[in-house]
Amino acid sequence: MALNKVDARGRSCPEPVLLTKRAIDRSPEGVQVLVDNTTARENVKRFAGNLGYNVEITGEGQDYVLTISR
Amino acid sequence: MSGKKGIILTGAIVGMLAVALVKFGNPVNMGICIVCFIRDTAGGLGLHRAAVVQYIRPEIIGMALGAFIIALKSGDFNVRGGSSPFTRFILGVFVVIGALMFLGCPLRMVLRLAGGDLNALLGLAGFAVGIYVGVLFLNRGFTLKRTYSLQRAEGYLFPAVQLMLLILLLVRPAFILFSTEGPGASHAPVIISLAAGLIIGIAAQRTRLCMVGGIRDLIMFKDTHLLTGFAAILVVAFIGTLITGTFNLGFEGQPVAHSDGLWNFLGMTLAGLGSVLLGGCPMRQIILGAEGNIDSVVTFMGMLVGAAFAHNFGLAASGAGPSANGQAAVIIGLVVVLAIGLMNTDRAAEVKMKGDVEIGA
Repeated sequence: MALNKVDARGRSCPEPVLLTKRAIDRSPEGVQVLVDNTTARENVKRFAGNLGYNVEITGEGQDYVLTISR
Repeated sequence: MSGKKGIILTGAIVGMLAVALVKFGNPVNMGICIVCFIRDTAGGLGLHRAAVVQYIRPEIIGMALGAFIIALKSGDFNVRGGSSPFTRFILGVFVVIGALMFLGCPLRMVLRLAGGDLNALLGLAGFAVGIYVGVLFLNRGFTLKRTYSLQRAEGYLFPAVQLMLLILLLVRPAFILFSTEGPGASHAPVIISLAAGLIIGIAAQRTRLCMVGGIRDLIMFKDTHLLTGFAAILVVAFIGTLITGTFNLGFEGQPVAHSDGLWNFLGMTLAGLGSVLLGGCPMRQIILGAEGNIDSVVTFMGMLVGAAFAHNFGLAASGAGPSANGQAAVIIGLVVVLAIGLMNTDRAAEVKMKGDVEIGA
């Protein structure tokens, strides 16, 4: 099943985490988050990790895709 | 350097260097104060004429250059901008006006607390309230919208300007002003200040240390990561001031401070609220600017102009207490910043999340 996607590129702190949180609240099974800087990547990773999710990171050009799943 | 150890170590380094800088000549409880030092630099450049606070502070230059170099090396250098730049400029102006009412940025607030200055407790309370209000906006969909990629050359200008400031400081042309008395005349040797700045810039870039982020993340996400950095500064600087003998517990007679609790509180409420809407404290803005975030560079310029206004218009508090002009400016600042919060809050953002997804180039 395709996961819901969140585009958090270009958002300043803490919006990427906030967008991720809202997305996870809606679809607790997991989401994909698109970010474009390492700060957001690390913050979202830490947030999802704290909630007990697995986080897989792949690069997509200048962006990062974080696949957050159980 | 990442994770909990990194952030604690960074906090410890900042706390230790702050105490050391006082030992080497910086004003007491002001080893590092981003807002005070931007104010001093504004004075050094003649943007204001308060003779006691004029000195191009090498700590700021060092932080920017350290963060720039390490960001280049680590691949974090990423030039971007366009997220409501003028709004950020105005927020920068008022964050400084709020902080100069209290007489310190969030970092100096922690250092004042560590040095026994209990007035900083009122500042901390106001800061937390400001952050809490900012979080309410964020939770309701506040956003200054996204940044976009810019030419790499754009990102080199901020560090280049810092380098120019260093040259002006070293060459001392006649048009650069140097305080001969007051806080601006109290400073560590240039090389020590610059080195401390470089170390802090590097560590803060790697760990994303942020004073406002600590309390914000605790309220929003129950995440204590950044707060541990804040706590580490407090603990290490506390021990440091005990060792060096500058620790002095109380409200009265504190160095470069006043004891008007209400205005200490309101000044930091303004600084905290403005910083949350900006996404980071004044120190973090310098680090982000050095990493290529041009919006943070614009914020820095706003802080520089705000600092000049604060002294040209008699807004900054002094040891004697707040000025009437300063009180009016803080109230105006709170109104303006709340209005910025309201006008950039898009309640629909919460529901249109799914639609948001497909957009994007």
